[in-house]
Amino acid sequence: MRTVESMAAEVGRPEAPVPGVRRTRRRLNAKTAPYVLLAPALALLTAFMLIPIGYSVWLSFRTVKVADGSLLGRRTEQAAGLSNYTTVLTDRVFWEAMGRMVVYGVIVVVIMFGLALTFALLLDHPRTRAAGLWRTSIFIPYAVPGVIASLMWGFIYLPAVSPIVSAFEALGLAPPDFLGSGTVLFSTANIAIWGGTGFNMIILYTALRAIPSEIYEAARIDGCSDLRIAFSIKIPMIAPAMVMTMIFALIAMIQVYNEPTALSTLSHAITSTWMPMMKIYSDAFVLNNTFLAAAESVLLALLTLGVSLGVMRATRRFQGVED
Amino acid sequence: MAVATAPVGARASGGRRTSTGRGLSTTAVLVVGALYCVLPVTWIVTASTKTAGELFTTFSFAPSFNGGLGENLRDLLAYNDGVFGRWVLNTLLFAGVGTLLTVLISAAAGYALAKFQFLGRELIFKVILAGVLIPPIALAIPQYLLLSKVHMTGSYWSVLLPSLISPFSIYLSRVFAQASVPTEILEAGRIDGAGELRLFWSVGLRLMLPGLVTVFLLQFVAIWNNFMLPYIMITDEKMFPLTVGLFSLLNRGAGQPALYTTVITGALVSVLPLIILFVVLQRYWRLDVLSGGLKG
Repeated sequence: MRTVESMAAEVGRPEAPVPGVRRTRRRLNAKTAPYVLLAPALALLTAFMLIPIGYSVWLSFRTVKVADGSLLGRRTEQAAGLSNYTTVLTDRVFWEAMGRMVVYGVIVVVIMFGLALTFALLLDHPRTRAAGLWRTSIFIPYAVPGVIASLMWGFIYLPAVSPIVSAFEALGLAPPDFLGSGTVLFSTANIAIWGGTGFNMIILYTALRAIPSEIYEAARIDGCSDLRIAFSIKIPMIAPAMVMTMIFALIAMIQVYNEPTALSTLSHAITSTWMPMMKIYSDAFVLNNTFLAAAESVLLALLTLGVSLGVMRATRRFQGVED
Repeated sequence: MAVATAPVGARASGGRRTSTGRGLSTTAVLVVGALYCVLPVTWIVTASTKTAGELFTTFSFAPSFNGGLGENLRDLLAYNDGVFGRWVLNTLLFAGVGTLLTVLISAAAGYALAKFQFLGRELIFKVILAGVLIPPIALAIPQYLLLSKVHMTGSYWSVLLPSLISPFSIYLSRVFAQASVPTEILEAGRIDGAGELRLFWSVGLRLMLPGLVTVFLLQFVAIWNNFMLPYIMITDEKMFPLTVGLFSLLNRGAGQPALYTTVITGALVSVLPLIILFVVLQRYWRLDVLSGGLKG
């Protein structure tokens, strides 16, 4: 292929003063071009992903010893073996944060995908009116970053200004306490659901639109109801899109940080170690123990990897059965 | 189409009434969903029209026309010698310039991966695929520790540079390059003697452009959403993006209800332009790649 190319170059560019020189330059170019094009991405990937990951792993096996145990003692960094990991894994606070994160993640993913799928199927329903308007409205929260969404919802939760609380009071009912220790997990989950449903709905809806309508027509001739078509044709056909978006949602849940951090300014029930990522932040920057924080980060990363591989494997089996 | 309408008509004997009813109920569910998504934003709009006093006394969803909005905007713009304006500009730098550069870098990488055979291609692609699974927030702390070793924390670069690498953008660009840049056109260009970089710039990039709008929007939101990175990298208030700025404002204002209206107005001013931009750009979204083409 390359020889044809370079021959063609000679034929195609008779005006080139020294065809030989031009050809060698061009041949070099075709060979090095992909590396040149990839160079910025690879440099950034190395500097800001690979090295930080390697550095985290390295730090997680290190620790600082203070020479004579006093505050002013000389601090020296040294190997720690697995001691950071044993510290983390026996830390009740870490497990509480993990447990909270799992409950939060399950609530958010189940409700968010339940809503996203329902809305996508309804948008795809031929008798739905003004679908474009509802689609755009439900998508709007995607443009609002998590921190700002949390500020907005924070005020809606805050008793002094909350429209919901004032509505309850107007009706003479006891208003709910959105920011208390028993409810704030759900209030935080609501912010994530609000922010993420529209985006996932759009992806599922796009996948639904890609299904050829002949399939439904055939099913309708066979007397399938809309509900039956949704469950037996539409949902199985968009399953791959759903798995993909679900993996991304689960990864985001494991690293949840923005919403609870923003909400913590308004709720005393959210402590500085409320979620694993918040505990990592506080260990690294408040307690200045980057080694412990590194070990926690590595554990979270392993969990992320495990969850995404697990979901992929489970669904591959599921799809294998479907085929 | 004629075939399609026949069975619907035929089915009408049994269920026309219920199916019309269902058409209304499907719409009703969507209306409820739309209200859930839009009401918090409308509440922010009405709340920002109120003076600090009215916020606590008047009914929440009724806007006020007593000059509250103008007062709030003035307070917002005057806050700390106009630092809010700086936050807007910083956000434009991080999310706007950052995203443009990410798109360019990702497009070049995706194009190279899609359109060339070269040593190491499979390995590089696998590393990038693995990188898709790593959320940027997980890297913020080690990035901070490393950048502090070279004394770069606290600078604009410390937020901009880590934002420029997006494995997902590279992955999507590769999909778009595969789908929209025909090899024959590149071959023809080569026969005409065009250099490879020139081919990428004037042929590849141009053909990938519709897809790159999607990459742009996704990455814009990703940078706009990455709160932790600027939060830990930047300590100077003048260099905050909007998210960190508003957070710090609320942090200060939590015990100071007079600042509530300023925070609310700030939130409104921050998100309204973006909401409008997204609604306008909606038709350029090519999310089919996300939903269908992700198998590679």
